[in-house]
Amino acid sequence: MFENLSGKLDKAFQTLKGQGRISEINVAETVKEIRRALVDADVNFKIAKDFTNTVREKALGQNVLTSVSPGQLMTKIVYDELKDLLGGATHEINLKGEPAIILIAGLQGSGKTTFSGKLAKLIKSKGRRPLLVAGDVYRPAAVDQLTVLSEQVGVDIYKEPGNTNPVEIAKNAISHARGNKYNVVIIDTAGRLSVDQEMMDEISRIKSAVKPNEILFVVDSMTGQDAVNTAKAFNDVLDFSGVVLTKLDGDTRGGAALSIKSVVHKPIKFVSNGEKMDAISVFHPDRMANRILGMGDIVSLVEKAQDAYDQEEAEKLQRKIRKNQFNFEDFIKQLDQIKKMGNIKDLMGMIPGVGKAIKDIDISDDAFQGVESIIKSMTPFERQNPDVIDGSRRKRIATGSGTSVTEVNKLMKQFEEMRKMMKTFNKMRPSGRMPNMPNLRR
Amino acid sequence: MGIFDLFKKEKTVAEKTQLDKGLEKTKTSLVGKISRALIGRTTIDDDFLDELEEILISSDVGVETTVKIIDRIQKRVSKDKYLGTDELNRLLKSEITDLLTNKTANLNSEAKPYVIMVVGVNGVGKTTTIGKLANMFHQSGKKVVLGAADTFRAAAVDQLTIWSERVGVELVSKGMNADPASVAFDAVQSGFNSGADVIIIDTAGRLHNKINLMNELSKIKRVMSKVIPEAPHEVLLVLDASTGQNAFEQAKHFTAATEVNALALTKLDGTARGGVVLGISDQFGIPVKYIGVGEGINDLQIFDPAAFVESLFSATT
Repeated sequence: MFENLSGKLDKAFQTLKGQGRISEINVAETVKEIRRALVDADVNFKIAKDFTNTVREKALGQNVLTSVSPGQLMTKIVYDELKDLLGGATHEINLKGEPAIILIAGLQGSGKTTFSGKLAKLIKSKGRRPLLVAGDVYRPAAVDQLTVLSEQVGVDIYKEPGNTNPVEIAKNAISHARGNKYNVVIIDTAGRLSVDQEMMDEISRIKSAVKPNEILFVVDSMTGQDAVNTAKAFNDVLDFSGVVLTKLDGDTRGGAALSIKSVVHKPIKFVSNGEKMDAISVFHPDRMANRILGMGDIVSLVEKAQDAYDQEEAEKLQRKIRKNQFNFEDFIKQLDQIKKMGNIKDLMGMIPGVGKAIKDIDISDDAFQGVESIIKSMTPFERQNPDVIDGSRRKRIATGSGTSVTEVNKLMKQFEEMRKMMKTFNKMRPSGRMPNMPNLRR
Repeated sequence: MGIFDLFKKEKTVAEKTQLDKGLEKTKTSLVGKISRALIGRTTIDDDFLDELEEILISSDVGVETTVKIIDRIQKRVSKDKYLGTDELNRLLKSEITDLLTNKTANLNSEAKPYVIMVVGVNGVGKTTTIGKLANMFHQSGKKVVLGAADTFRAAAVDQLTIWSERVGVELVSKGMNADPASVAFDAVQSGFNSGADVIIIDTAGRLHNKINLMNELSKIKRVMSKVIPEAPHEVLLVLDASTGQNAFEQAKHFTAATEVNALALTKLDGTARGGVVLGISDQFGIPVKYIGVGEGINDLQIFDPAAFVESLFSATT
């Protein structure tokens, strides 16, 4: 996410490397470099200035007391400051209220409708019964868009075709939700400019009409210096309760996040990082500060793995492994589990040190496609009984999957090794989880 | 007669008013701040230049272009020692006009049909811009065909359909999830056969760092040239005026994938910035061709650098 910024800061710290202590002279260059990196990353000019001033003061103050390298010390100071700026502890979304009402607001094109769909899916997965409300009556086909998304995520939608009064629609939606036992209502609204008085009045009226528990301000993470003004204007009118950062799967340095946070003092509650409906995560300031400094995000990775991990499936698999019955059907299920965790590049970016290295490399979501197509070209019988796959079967599978016999052989060999390994592993720890898979073909 | 000669007429009073209104925020912020910084000064000193640097940077002009402008002013200041504030205003104006006008649009506007491919990241306003463009051409008596090649985003085809009906132009669509390249091919083919003057192809928004999606875009472009070798004549990159430095990355990657040769800057009415126009024009040599200054169907204008600068500097308070 913030790989660019951490790259720049790395460069800034390099000028400090190999020096024994921080002095006014050697810190000045680094501090300037950090400031330039922040401004270049779209952090508001004034905020970047304040930030680097604090960093400088702290750097000069602490240097006398410690004996760590100046680079390490600076990293820690910048990290602590970033974490502070990004907002202390993690903030959960407020779903109290029957129904809990969430109002979505933001500029045009910030990603409100897509985010509404994602949020509905997330809330549904937590066992609630959400209702999406199509409150964008202005943009052509906005209602259709939300309708399609609602079908994709399997959540009901409330809409009033023909009604051009979003305040009424919102009010009616709440009564509809009460009458039909929905416990969370997500109101999508039209994009509006903060300078458009009429439209800002309108959303303010929606707010007073439905009294939301949560008002989320959705902002494009690529926004420039103006992010501060826009956020401030929306906050003045709505006094929103949280911020959503979208399009973080781009290569934006995301400085807007830092600016907004420090101007409106509202927590960033979610980040949105992909076009798939599950590309949404809770914002963790500490992890994000880690990311900015290139320290990776192991905690998020583990959580993603846990979400995708299906306990029942896993136990079934466990039994099979114990009996040495692990077959290609199970293998493909495992691949699906990995894919469920999301975009492979995102996952790899969370591993410390990897984010920077793969910044410019494109990793396809289809990395497993070759393996998959080979397995899918097997008959169900072959998949369940890998031992029957002989030479002529291999030849047929290779033709069917558009690969070569060599590739099929390679997969078969890897599969055998995997089975062996699982067996040994299983003997060692009878109740253990799935071992790591050996490297796949590529 | 080129297709754009129609727009070479003088800007109407209404257009001027809309431009002034749309740029109000940029004006009060950029030029207003500069004026305030100048108050009480008789000469241009380092303090003022520092302040000017801050003003330009916080208008998203970008570090590189800002430094360039400052350097030039500094040179002038050291040459004629007593540069007054009036002169500075004039100097700034000419520097900015320079940055904006040095680019030549290398577009063959004589072509018929004239094919425009519209690209950009998600949410910048591609479809809306196409609607307004279609209206602009339609109003001037041109036959327009739209191609709905954004087959990915939910209801994108519906959105373009509504625009085509609203404006009253033809639409070629194969529904959602169709292969975008084949939609583009069909649209160009159909427009060519039916004697259209302008064909505008919508594409799905994509982040420029997704290589697969950028390759898809190159393919869509390639496919059009199978019908008309020079098509698309114009590859229009739509940029959101509130975008920060990432706009440079966008311009870089989209140009690499599709040889962008024109820019449209949208939502200029809502941002105090617009400064990104200066940076982009300066560093990419791609001319800004259209600007979006409001939500109305007529609020898309052919970008006129002179009028833009005039509007920026006129009657600042």
